[in-house]
Amino acid sequence: MDKRCTEADVVTALSDSMTLGIGGWGSRRKPMSLVRAIARSSLRDLTIVSYGGPDVGLLCALGKVKKLVYGFVSLDSIPLEPHFRAARQGGAVEVMELDEGMLQWGLYAASLRLPFLPTRAGLGSDVLTYNPDLRLVKSPYADGEDLVAMPALHLDVALIHMNRADLQGNGQFLGPDLYFDDLFCMAAKKRFMSCEKIIDSAEFATLGSLHTLRIHRAMIDGVIEAPGGAAFTECPPDYGRDEALQREYAQAAGDAEKCSAFLAKYL
Amino acid sequence: MLGILGEIPMSADFTLAELCAVACAEIWRDDGEILASPMGLIPALGAKLARATFAPDLLLTDGVARFVNGRGEVESWIPYRAIFDLVWSGRRHVMMGASQIDRFGNQNISCIGDFHHPKVQLIGVRGAPGNTIHHPTSYWVPNHSAKIFVPKVDVVCGIGYDRARSLGASGRWVDIRRVVSNKCVFDFETPDRSMRLRSLHRGVTTEEVAALTGFPLTLPAAVPITRVPTAEELRLIRDVLDPKGVARSELK
Repeated sequence: MDKRCTEADVVTALSDSMTLGIGGWGSRRKPMSLVRAIARSSLRDLTIVSYGGPDVGLLCALGKVKKLVYGFVSLDSIPLEPHFRAARQGGAVEVMELDEGMLQWGLYAASLRLPFLPTRAGLGSDVLTYNPDLRLVKSPYADGEDLVAMPALHLDVALIHMNRADLQGNGQFLGPDLYFDDLFCMAAKKRFMSCEKIIDSAEFATLGSLHTLRIHRAMIDGVIEAPGGAAFTECPPDYGRDEALQREYAQAAGDAEKCSAFLAKYL
Repeated sequence: MLGILGEIPMSADFTLAELCAVACAEIWRDDGEILASPMGLIPALGAKLARATFAPDLLLTDGVARFVNGRGEVESWIPYRAIFDLVWSGRRHVMMGASQIDRFGNQNISCIGDFHHPKVQLIGVRGAPGNTIHHPTSYWVPNHSAKIFVPKVDVVCGIGYDRARSLGASGRWVDIRRVVSNKCVFDFETPDRSMRLRSLHRGVTTEEVAALTGFPLTLPAAVPITRVPTAEELRLIRDVLDPKGVARSELK
């Protein structure tokens, strides 16, 4: 099946108040061409689940976000994300701030269609104080230990960016880390993958080892060819982070005029 | 040899940055074959120094997804999908930063002020809750002040010994080892596992640390001086591990 589509098609598939999971990590291999398309759209009241970077910041800046589910939001080389900070400090968004491992566990539980997965992560911390819906579960075995029952984080839609993909939705990552992109796809009802380049399936083996093929076509509903689609975040080995553009993004955040000028250019 | 990027010379022999790198290295002594995860430039220099000297079995990453050995060669792969497996298995000793820390070692990196209406949003809890409940943790504070060493943190991210105690069996792996600052080293080797002054960096007084700490200090009978770098440690730092002084520039 040819699953090619465009950023505009993805926006059409979304609706207000949906829960979106965004792959990548911090300012690394984020599906920014899809995020920009959402930022330009009239969509609103979204819940965003992310190992957060400029995807979170940009959607906050454009007022698209009702709720954030995250462990951190950072631009890596710039530790703090200015638009995320402004949204938090202005009380503009609801949040579910989690330990990073709890976030993985929630996505994994959703992937496996389990209601929760047990973990010690979060116990004793204010993650439980500020997420009063989180429940504990007692081990049914002799140890009787109390554990956090990390609930499944079900996603309406997952968005990821890969180095290469074929028409059918098989994806290849050629950088050092897949991050949690497979889990985002497995946890979602609809899954969209942008990529640097669409290639013939036969080419995968010439580009990387078998182990780089971690996204298969049963995990993907739509494929978008988007050269440079992760910029200004990094997408190795195709390109590194555009530090100058990221700096411009971060510096413009404090100033309404500069910010709208930057967004007019970047979006 | 001295004055690299404006480092403060402590004596004719070594700088404060070099002393702190050694104090950070010391946290990984006797840890064996585990992942050392330093957050910050001086802790990273310390971890490399520990491996190059008294802790040769430590695993270190390049900060991305590769285990890199002492010769700079990639020896294995540690993507994020494997990190939490390692963390939860306990084979790691992290040295994190702290925007606030209290006398039981509760740490905050989430936000300053009320969580629901933060005055200053920081990075988020990150992996601090899961790190502290699963494996050894130490902290690095490059700018010792009463704004950081506080009576009560605004958001508990890394959990301290008082919180751990209330958890019973689930808190049994909480193991906060040291807090290294630019003034001194703390440990938690007290009956109630509260923070205790372990050693003062050369030239620093107890009174100075007390004035920069927002809770009463627990003192040993006599406060030792933090171990000073050996000649071999200084050679490794200057010639091999940080020849351009980049790591040492964290303490200007």
